[in-house]
Amino acid sequence: MSVIETKGLRHIYSPGTPFEHVALDGVDFSAEAGEFIGLIGHTGSGKSTLIQHLNGLLKPSEGEVLFRGENIYKDKQFTHQLRFHVGLVFQYPEYQLFEETVYKDISFGPKNMGLDAEEIDRRVHEAAEFVELPESVLQMSPFDLSGGQKRRVAIAGVIAMEPEVLILDEPTAGLDPAGRENLLSNIRTYRDKMNATIIMVSHSMEEIAETVDRIYVMRQGKIAMSGTPRQVFDRAEELQPMGLAVPQITEVFTLLRNSGAQVPNVYTVDQALQAILQAKGGEAPC
Amino acid sequence: MDQAVIAKKLTFAYPAQEEGKLALPVFEDLDLQIQQGSFVAILGRNGCGKSTLAKQFNAVLLPTGGSVYVYGLDTQDAALLLEVRRRVGMVFQNPDNQIVSNVVEEDVAFAPENLGVPPEEIRRRVDDALKTVGMYEKRESAPHLLSGGQKQRVAIAGVIAMEPSCVVLDEPTAMLDPQGRADVLDTVRRLNLERGVTVVLITHHMREAALADRVIVMEQGSIRADGTPEEVFSQVEMMRQAGLTVPDTVALLFALRERGYDLPLSAISSEDCAKALLSFLGGAAS
Repeated sequence: MSVIETKGLRHIYSPGTPFEHVALDGVDFSAEAGEFIGLIGHTGSGKSTLIQHLNGLLKPSEGEVLFRGENIYKDKQFTHQLRFHVGLVFQYPEYQLFEETVYKDISFGPKNMGLDAEEIDRRVHEAAEFVELPESVLQMSPFDLSGGQKRRVAIAGVIAMEPEVLILDEPTAGLDPAGRENLLSNIRTYRDKMNATIIMVSHSMEEIAETVDRIYVMRQGKIAMSGTPRQVFDRAEELQPMGLAVPQITEVFTLLRNSGAQVPNVYTVDQALQAILQAKGGEAPC
Repeated sequence: MDQAVIAKKLTFAYPAQEEGKLALPVFEDLDLQIQQGSFVAILGRNGCGKSTLAKQFNAVLLPTGGSVYVYGLDTQDAALLLEVRRRVGMVFQNPDNQIVSNVVEEDVAFAPENLGVPPEEIRRRVDDALKTVGMYEKRESAPHLLSGGQKQRVAIAGVIAMEPSCVVLDEPTAMLDPQGRADVLDTVRRLNLERGVTVVLITHHMREAALADRVIVMEQGSIRADGTPEEVFSQVEMMRQAGLTVPDTVALLFALRERGYDLPLSAISSEDCAKALLSFLGGAAS
């Protein structure tokens, strides 16, 4: 059964005004436990509007959002609890830090859940560990940390609620390559340990190709495509008109095939390497 | 040869928390020259001093030791400040923080107005700048209705309208989708090629840096590598040690070299990489 699901989701901003805008139109989305989902699309395609429905920040104009098969608005208590089960990390979350110490900032969520001090303490430490924040920074002011560390604090604050669904809007934007790789591996660890569902919005096709199990492609408020990275990046000629792209390595292999080389379609460097070695026929290097 | 920027024994430290004292220097005795008309990419991990260096180029920050000359003008001479700022324009990461007006063309006119440029001349410059970035059709739009890539191009137009000799862009594409990113980079390249504007591009995207004619790698305040993209990206191990990466094309060629095959690490673009792979595979068939 899907952990989180939308059925015929439609959202209209400013209905009945001259600014009326249909942001989502008949979106059917679903994610299973332990799945790593990538969400891609042009600016304004509805990605942010969709993820804000998944933890009840926005209400559907039509259609429904289901958590473990139940409508998230079935009663107030359920909607309230949902925020702890479905954690949302916004773009540039470091701008939302507000507490005096890193420890207090991370404990804000668990505190609101009404947990006891001991449990809160355990969760703060565990969340800090997930994002590789050293113990020594817990008593520092979040504002004295580097940008990359601040972002880790913000993500730890959501992880400390131990959500079953963790949604991240461009978590690696502005990070250097090593910081990016590190953060993605932290997120994978969290997924593996908790069997959590991860939904990640990203503009980097390389990152999506290397990281996720399944991709949803959005265009003009609709799901334009979905499938494994292979299925999606096989349809390169459809992605371009949507303002998207394929990973660079996929581009290289398309050029190879156009020149008559017998190579398959690939979307990661590793696959490319295997494909080239295979095409070379296991012949010993000169 | 004309130099756009000359840094001589440049030392800079931010003020420490304790009043009147300085923190550890971000860089010490740094020597650097940027040639007029060149396109330079600066790479480095978060916190390595890239942005701090860039802010020295238009006197947003001033040296605490040594000096910076912009087109021969000493940035520490307060009397030259306006001229320095007119010569070197800056574009930052977040377009929303750089747009001041409710109408696109008024936003672009903001800087020349402040420089006291006559109205007819402002009109000419604004139209010209908007055409250069491909936003002339949107000149009467409200900036908040534009996409991120469009806003960023408006921000660049605002800088162009000052007719600077050099433009410094600090991660201008970090928040953009692939199409927006491609449009901004195309604009930057044309600015350099067609107008001879010196471009300094700070980025975390290796593929963007590969477009430049010179790549500088910074590490903890000093210059770790400096050369053409081919020279810098072929040092794959050095780049990885510096917490960076290389374009996926080079990563693939490097992996093949590690297995004993002779492939050129200088084939950075998709086209060059495909060509190199093709002749490699062709060799197997013959």
